[in-house]
Amino acid sequence: MKYIIEAKNITKTYKSGDVVTHVLRGLDLSIKEGEWVAIMGKSGAGKSTFLYQISLLDEPTTGNIFVEGRDILEFSDTERTDFRLTELGYVFQDYALVRELSAIENVMIPILMKGTPREEAREISEESLTRIGLGDRLNNLPSQLSGGEQQRVSIARAVAQNPKILFADEPTANLDSITSDSIVDVFKEIHQSGQTIVMVTHEKEYTKYCDRIVYLEDGKIVSEEILKKY
Amino acid sequence: MQKFLSSLRVGWLLGLRQIQHSNIWVTILIIVIMVLTFLSNILISGILVGLIEGGNQANRSQYTGDVFITELPDESYIENTSEILTTLDRIDSVKNYTTRYVAGATIEANYKTRRNFNTLPNTVGTQLAGIDPVAEDIVTGLSDSLIEGEYLDASQSGYILLGSTLLERHSAFSDQFEPLKDVYPGDRVKLSVSGSVQNSFESPDALAGASTNGSRIDEFIVKGIVDSKVGEVSIRAFMTEFDFRRLSGRTSLLASEIAINVEPGTSDQEFKDVLVKNGFDRYAKIRTAEEAIPKFLDDIKQTFNILGFLIGIIVSAVGAITIFIIIYINAVVHRKQIGILKGIGIRRNAIIYSYVIQAVVYAVAGVGIALLLTYFVFVPAVAQNPIDFPFSDGIIAADAGLVTGRIIIVAITSLIAGFLPAWLIAKRNTLDSILGR
Repeated sequence: MKYIIEAKNITKTYKSGDVVTHVLRGLDLSIKEGEWVAIMGKSGAGKSTFLYQISLLDEPTTGNIFVEGRDILEFSDTERTDFRLTELGYVFQDYALVRELSAIENVMIPILMKGTPREEAREISEESLTRIGLGDRLNNLPSQLSGGEQQRVSIARAVAQNPKILFADEPTANLDSITSDSIVDVFKEIHQSGQTIVMVTHEKEYTKYCDRIVYLEDGKIVSEEILKKY
Repeated sequence: MQKFLSSLRVGWLLGLRQIQHSNIWVTILIIVIMVLTFLSNILISGILVGLIEGGNQANRSQYTGDVFITELPDESYIENTSEILTTLDRIDSVKNYTTRYVAGATIEANYKTRRNFNTLPNTVGTQLAGIDPVAEDIVTGLSDSLIEGEYLDASQSGYILLGSTLLERHSAFSDQFEPLKDVYPGDRVKLSVSGSVQNSFESPDALAGASTNGSRIDEFIVKGIVDSKVGEVSIRAFMTEFDFRRLSGRTSLLASEIAINVEPGTSDQEFKDVLVKNGFDRYAKIRTAEEAIPKFLDDIKQTFNILGFLIGIIVSAVGAITIFIIIYINAVVHRKQIGILKGIGIRRNAIIYSYVIQAVVYAVAGVGIALLLTYFVFVPAVAQNPIDFPFSDGIIAADAGLVTGRIIIVAITSLIAGFLPAWLIAKRNTLDSILGR
């Protein structure tokens, strides 16, 4: 199976005056298509920073990243935006929904951005929300939904158009354990359909369905745990 | 093109929903600011220009008519007056017209009660206009300008109307010259017309009352006082054409002024061209009402137009800055959301459009309300109760050209005011925006 993400010798350094902070110190990681990888580590280990680099939300200080064989560091700003739109899906810790848009509109937005006709975008969004159990909450605003429901909308938005890779940054961090379990179940279901998932979490119990866990410490990969042979 | 349309579509949805879910009071406040911005933009210049425009309209309706014929610069009368009048009678587009016979005159009052002959007599120099009271009233509504007494009757002789400027108690210029004191309707005044009987074929000897200095003097009863913001009306004295001829000794039909109103649908210029084609410009000076406006008024109008434009620019800038601040604050508040939208692949243009659309919606709402207020409240109200200005009854000049110009200014400034802050926020690093750094 081919690698969908290849990160080579990734470093990330922040400078603030004379103070230099090395957040990532030469990370190498390859992820296969269809794999579900969890990135774990303590707070400040650099796991979210690493996710931002490979998900095109940020650029590393040094290193190379290939996604689907393409050197993403060669992309212009516009190309990065278009690539994120067409190839990647994101689930953020705080749901990241547009608070003025209803659940279905939140899901529709990136679909419309791709140039899909409105009615078609609506159908796709409704289908996506129904699949994750929010078929009866289509027209609710985020403020009218619980945290778990908002995160489900966020997941529906991310996977509505079958992205190549789904990135999730601490998707259960703001949720209670029951809701978190249900969210992880949603990820499991999505993964079973062949979706590549890269998830940052600091809670081991939510990695039980993952194929692999990568442990970061002080900006470096310190160990890997393979749960399922891929 | 496809990308532009999708960006516009997404921008529209985001912008519209932000407006729908924004605080209603903030939305009202923004729209009120836009209304005030546009109103001040229209009204300030509208009133400035309207002060002059009111004067111009009064000049047209009370003095010149739509087309004004006067003597050539080197002539005392309009040559071939009868031919011009005959032609006017034949042209369908002539609604009505009036002829005036004008001469310089001196009016003396209170001469019967004058005791001390060492003091100056109570006199004033003026222009005396001989008119057909009925025709004049139809064309210029002279009787509407009466503030005291009664209007002239063509069948009565020996009466005169005095312009209010000639009387001390009404004159706004009494510090500039000595008007008549204590003259009221019913009083008798003595009139002398200077340079009477100027045509050789007219016979001064046949007329009684010739003075020794070539002027003719006669006594008239003041029948009424007319007041108008049009200087040529309020500074004149009026009598019937018959009395004028009797007093001045003029028996010819050579008039000094012809004021013509044309039928609706005929432009002043078109009608002037007809008269010129008839060759009347060889005998008389033919001007449209606009051309007959005193040059100083036209100069003031141009100056006020420029002033209004400059004030409009300043007001628009203030409005634009207000929108800029509102949109900027809105964008800053939504900074994280903007970052997330960019993060999930929403193009920067779509995000910028969403804020530009908000600015445009606010501007359209503000301009729309301001236009309704202007045309359905302020313009009719000021037309009913004109602004009392020394030489005009000021109206609000809100013609289509002026308003369109102001709408374009507001539209452009709103677009810039919506675009700039959104662009400033949207161009920031995506991750920094998401993380609120």
